[in-house]
Amino acid sequence: MSELLLGDEAIAQAALDADIAGVYAYPGTPSTEITEYIQKAKHVQKLPIHASWCTNEKTAYEAALGVSYAGKRALVCMKHVGLNVAADAFINSAVTGTNGGLVLVSADDPSMHSSQDEQDSRFYAKFAMIPVLEPSNQQEAYDAVRYAFDLSEEVKLPVMLRITTRLAHSRAGVVTKPKVQVSPKPLPSSISQFVLLPVNARKQYKLLLSLQPKLLELAETSSYNILEDGTDTSLGIIACGIAYNYVKENTEKFGLKYPILKISQYPFPEKSAKDLIDRCKRVLIFEEGYPIYEELLRGLLNREQKISGRLDGTLPRDGELNPDIVAAALNHPQQSSFATPELLAGRPPQLCNGCSHRDVYEALNESLKDVKEKHVFSDIGCYTLGALPPFNAINTCVDMGASITMAKGAADAGLRPAVAVIGDSTFTHSGITGLLDAVNDNSPLTVIISDNDTTAMTGGQDSPGNGKLFNICKGIGVKEEHIVKLLPHRNQLEKNVAVMKQEFAYEGVSVIIANRECIQTASRKKKK
Amino acid sequence: MYSNGFQKEKEMKHDIIVAGVGGQGILSIAAVLDFAALKNNLYVKQAEVHGMSQRGGAVESHLRISDRPIYSDLIPRGNADIIVSVELMEPLRYLPFLSPDGWIVTSTTIEKNIPNYPDVSEITASIQKLPHYKLIDSETLARNAGSARAENMVMLGAISNLIDIPITDLEDGIRFLFAKKDTKVVETNLAALAAGKAAGAIS
Repeated sequence: MSELLLGDEAIAQAALDADIAGVYAYPGTPSTEITEYIQKAKHVQKLPIHASWCTNEKTAYEAALGVSYAGKRALVCMKHVGLNVAADAFINSAVTGTNGGLVLVSADDPSMHSSQDEQDSRFYAKFAMIPVLEPSNQQEAYDAVRYAFDLSEEVKLPVMLRITTRLAHSRAGVVTKPKVQVSPKPLPSSISQFVLLPVNARKQYKLLLSLQPKLLELAETSSYNILEDGTDTSLGIIACGIAYNYVKENTEKFGLKYPILKISQYPFPEKSAKDLIDRCKRVLIFEEGYPIYEELLRGLLNREQKISGRLDGTLPRDGELNPDIVAAALNHPQQSSFATPELLAGRPPQLCNGCSHRDVYEALNESLKDVKEKHVFSDIGCYTLGALPPFNAINTCVDMGASITMAKGAADAGLRPAVAVIGDSTFTHSGITGLLDAVNDNSPLTVIISDNDTTAMTGGQDSPGNGKLFNICKGIGVKEEHIVKLLPHRNQLEKNVAVMKQEFAYEGVSVIIANRECIQTASRKKKK
Repeated sequence: MYSNGFQKEKEMKHDIIVAGVGGQGILSIAAVLDFAALKNNLYVKQAEVHGMSQRGGAVESHLRISDRPIYSDLIPRGNADIIVSVELMEPLRYLPFLSPDGWIVTSTTIEKNIPNYPDVSEITASIQKLPHYKLIDSETLARNAGSARAENMVMLGAISNLIDIPITDLEDGIRFLFAKKDTKVVETNLAALAAGKAAGAIS
């Protein structure tokens, strides 16, 4: 009997069935539901595994590597931009190699449904020279995670599972397999494997290089990479990951008989691709993300001019694929019978009624009303919606923690007042180190921590700094009299404006902690 | 696949777009349909929207049900058999997905959380231009059933007339979805489903 699972849930169930000792993660759309599913299973079944949220993706990755070092299996999950934060640990873990199975899920978000960019995690895996699995559907996601743990232990490397939004957040029937019991591996016997002093790192790096032919051979013979042969060789199709579904949707519908090479395991199976390209007049490659392998297959000079995809305009250069884009590329453009009427209005997301961020922005706008050049640096979370009307309150959102450090740099460059608005979870994720820089330079800067006791935008996960923010700021040297707490509420507006004005005028580092619980998590607690 | 050597057996297939505004419970409509479809041994794929747009923005779910394997998680343009919406304007957003003989089944409820909400009579007029549509006063029907929050189940009831799945399986889906709530909640939602089915009857 199959169970209807989100791609994320299929991954989580597979990791549980693969006997993980823990999941390590920081919430990020579209990866969040993996860890939430494991947390629920842990709670309901009283499983002795780690499942609480980490402070950021780097701490998550390193802890997962520690589990692996200790001989057990670990799953580590993040969204694509989270891998930037964890990149140092990730790249170097390919050099140390692993002990217990280590599987990284990196959830990409092409079309940027909830992200700042659409970077393709397969690039990172290629950079680190580790295997990647890119499932095309939920069942394959389940199976691939089970396989990934075995593969990681076989080649002693971390294995990446690369998914995208549509797989993460779509449900389909999944058949699970019985849970395995894995005995812990002995602790690493070589004292040099994990000590990346140059003398050891060079040896480890050569070991990683020497593994590459084996990784390629595994991909060439993998059951995840299959050739579905076809009689019409006027075109050959290479379909990576979820793109395979859109291709099949169309080839079935239109009775197309092109050979299809489906790719869900990397390194890219060069020989299989070469065979297909040699046999077909032209080859169209569908990649959900960057045209990484299209570029490599074409070569810089594109002499054969046989490869089409995102680089020659057959497919759009950016954005996620869908059945219609793929249909058009296969010369079967789909028409709509009905057009969207002109009167239709956009309905962007907005801050909830009663949200504390609203009161922070109202007070902020009021307190900066007389400032000629009003520029506020902000960050990533629900409060980024303060950039939109009616607030128009912030001027930046770049990466986790950048509000504080950009405001510091602007203060160094002479901007007054220099104001940063950051959420509580973003502050502990990547804001603390920047605040320490500001303290050490005594930069004239006011940081408003809009603290709603939760990681709200991803659905209300635990915030690692809950109840600790005052002491954190005090501990890194912000003067106690300039760590001001206020209640972001409509009836406190006047008082809050006065506090803000006073701190903006201070020629040093000040922090305003504006704390009121997220109304979403509050109402959920009430229902319980 | 071929019953008499010539004619392909008719495929059972429903491509449904469920639309609304974040917070209206559109994923519950999908969840009940999922349950009922699985009970009938059908294939299901259901793409959801999570993350930022759930904050009062436009939300949609692509729900595909078929008696044979489904490849794409997303419905192709011009292919949706039904667009069901818990808000009056929202179905218009997905019109390019509607098949030539597809149905728009929408609530007349208005969610005016944007400053430039269009004229209601103009929205209604553009829906009435379509070949197949149903306008359902889900707010009144839900309130009569016991709770204004059951509008989503009214809309599910309204489209049940267009779907080859027994209504009793949808009822079981509601019982399953609200299993942890008290029986009053289940009864209210069952009543909302029935009211929607009556209001959405195809003459």
